[in-house]
Amino acid sequence: MQRSTTVPPSAETRAETAAVTRRINRDRIRKLLLGTRDRNGMIKLIAIYGLLICIGFIYLYPILYMISASFMTLDDLLDSSIQWIPSSFNLDNYRQAGASMNYGNSLLQSFLIAGLPTLCNLVACSLTGYGLARYKFRGKGIIIGLIILTFVLPRQITMIPTYSMYANLGILNSVWAFIVPAIVAQGLNAPIFIMIFWQFFRNVPQALVEAAKIDGAGHFKSFFSISLPTAAPAFITVALFSFVWYWNEFYLTQLFVHGVLVESSLTTLIIQLQNFNTNYSSYAQTAASGATNLNESIKMAGTLIAVLPLMILYFVLQRHFVESIDRTGITGE
Amino acid sequence: MTTYAKPRPKKENRIRVKRGPLEKQEARAGVMFVLPWIIGAAVFLVYPLFMSFWYALNNIRLTSEGMRFTFLAQGNFTQILLSDPDFLPELVDYLLSTVISVPVIVVFAMMIALMLNEKIKGKGFFRLIFFLPVIIVSGPILNSLTEQNAGTISVIDTQAVTGAISSFLPEVIATPIAGLFSNMVTILWYSGVPILIFLSALQKIDKSQYEAAYVDGASGWEMFWKITLPSLKPMILLNCVYTIVFVSSNDQNKLIGLIKSAMFSGTSEKGYGYASAMAWLYSLVVLLLVGIFALIFMTRKDRYEKDAKKADRKAKAERRKVLKIQRRQARHAKKYNRPTVR
Repeated sequence: MQRSTTVPPSAETRAETAAVTRRINRDRIRKLLLGTRDRNGMIKLIAIYGLLICIGFIYLYPILYMISASFMTLDDLLDSSIQWIPSSFNLDNYRQAGASMNYGNSLLQSFLIAGLPTLCNLVACSLTGYGLARYKFRGKGIIIGLIILTFVLPRQITMIPTYSMYANLGILNSVWAFIVPAIVAQGLNAPIFIMIFWQFFRNVPQALVEAAKIDGAGHFKSFFSISLPTAAPAFITVALFSFVWYWNEFYLTQLFVHGVLVESSLTTLIIQLQNFNTNYSSYAQTAASGATNLNESIKMAGTLIAVLPLMILYFVLQRHFVESIDRTGITGE
Repeated sequence: MTTYAKPRPKKENRIRVKRGPLEKQEARAGVMFVLPWIIGAAVFLVYPLFMSFWYALNNIRLTSEGMRFTFLAQGNFTQILLSDPDFLPELVDYLLSTVISVPVIVVFAMMIALMLNEKIKGKGFFRLIFFLPVIIVSGPILNSLTEQNAGTISVIDTQAVTGAISSFLPEVIATPIAGLFSNMVTILWYSGVPILIFLSALQKIDKSQYEAAYVDGASGWEMFWKITLPSLKPMILLNCVYTIVFVSSNDQNKLIGLIKSAMFSGTSEKGYGYASAMAWLYSLVVLLLVGIFALIFMTRKDRYEKDAKKADRKAKAERRKVLKIQRRQARHAKKYNRPTVR
């Protein structure tokens, strides 16, 4: 806006230009702060980032607390000057917690108890979802209604007869109590998985299926070679969620696999964590060498190692977890 | 081009096609695929449902020969409702805390999703943080964390908040709200999946709608209420149902613990029957809750569809009337031997 003239500007024009520049500057600042149509303003961005970071901290607070506390020695716990950072890198808590939880054995069994039903879930739910998505038959509406009902209905209502049924069949307190229902698509949260597969297979182009049919593919052939290869994202999502949910399930695992009155040898990390106090005291009695009294740090170390496998899984496969819901198309097209 | 409702073929004109062999074969294949589920539903859903109802009407004692049933009719239910010291208070507590915490979780999830939907950097990182609790939320871990008071934030003085709340609200409502504050973190942890569902739905809203609204001079606030929220409505229902189901099946819910302990209680009046009756009462309450939320957030049919249906019904009634008159004429014609007037 500066006019390059040889004549020195009069006081009037100088004031005018100054006003114009000031207005432009004010405009620019306003744009920067409040934003334009295409760009968010500074104020809004600061507010969003601030809120997200604050809430993110609240979210992570228990986990950070758990990690921090798990390294503390008893002295650190009692020392009020130590809030977050322990005075020394102390792994003794982990050693004791791991020993009292019988870590290696429980870890292996956790993998089995979560993994085997997950495989069955994958097979059964994908078949059911495909049948619902691809074919028309009488009673389909009723089946879909029942699937939604089973999702909403608390498991407690069918739990007691199922328990006595398992007892009669002799599969109580074994992995079979989880595998058998999963084979027939009645596993943990199976309705969600059926819905995911149903949604997914509905979006397989009908033309592909018809082309396969003309080429002489039977029903199972077209399922295996046309629909299955396209459904990899759905399979990954279902496998991950099923694994995580079986891993974290305490109520049913204790009832059907671990046993309530008579405890079987099968156990998972989550069950060991629930019974941590009793386990630890019995451990401290038997192995008197170096076992201190149960304190907060040891409990936190136990909690951390119980979720550690899942955390590792999460951070390794983060993309698959975070994008899972986008990919399954639960939210419609 | 204006769109009219396609005139439905009249009933008498509609051709009824018998299902051909190909279609039958297709249907059979479909049933084949769903067969595992059907068997499973019969064995693990329908049969236990009936049995559990039968159990609930009986007192069951475990003997060495098996279960011994004594028919009580509604005895278990009246005993639970009238003389069980724990069940009814816990049920009320559960109901109140769920009714309060579910909207909190869903609204919170929606806010986070709206923020993450803006053009910001580090979106993936934030999504990673907000989804992390999904893999950790399980009863024993939550118990262990709340035991050490890690479920509350020490920065916020929850005592002061709860004190302030209970001073001006009746105790019945104040207690669950205070509980909400003291367990804020663990409650927010349930919103991992809802956040992602909302986010995914937000990304699927047609951008041209916003552009059209912008051209018409709508503010961001108006766009949120007129475009974003209506598009998210089905997802709100989905998230409410999801949250109810997951909050209910978590071990922090004391009711399900009560049912389990009643199941294995050695006393003569408790046992399988008593626990089944509890489970039925509890399930009815859960279904009721889901039903209420479904009624609130169910997407209503739009105006056009409603009108079309109304017109359809009217046309049907008219047709029926005409048919009735024709039939009467035919009857009269037969009776009086008069030629039918068409």
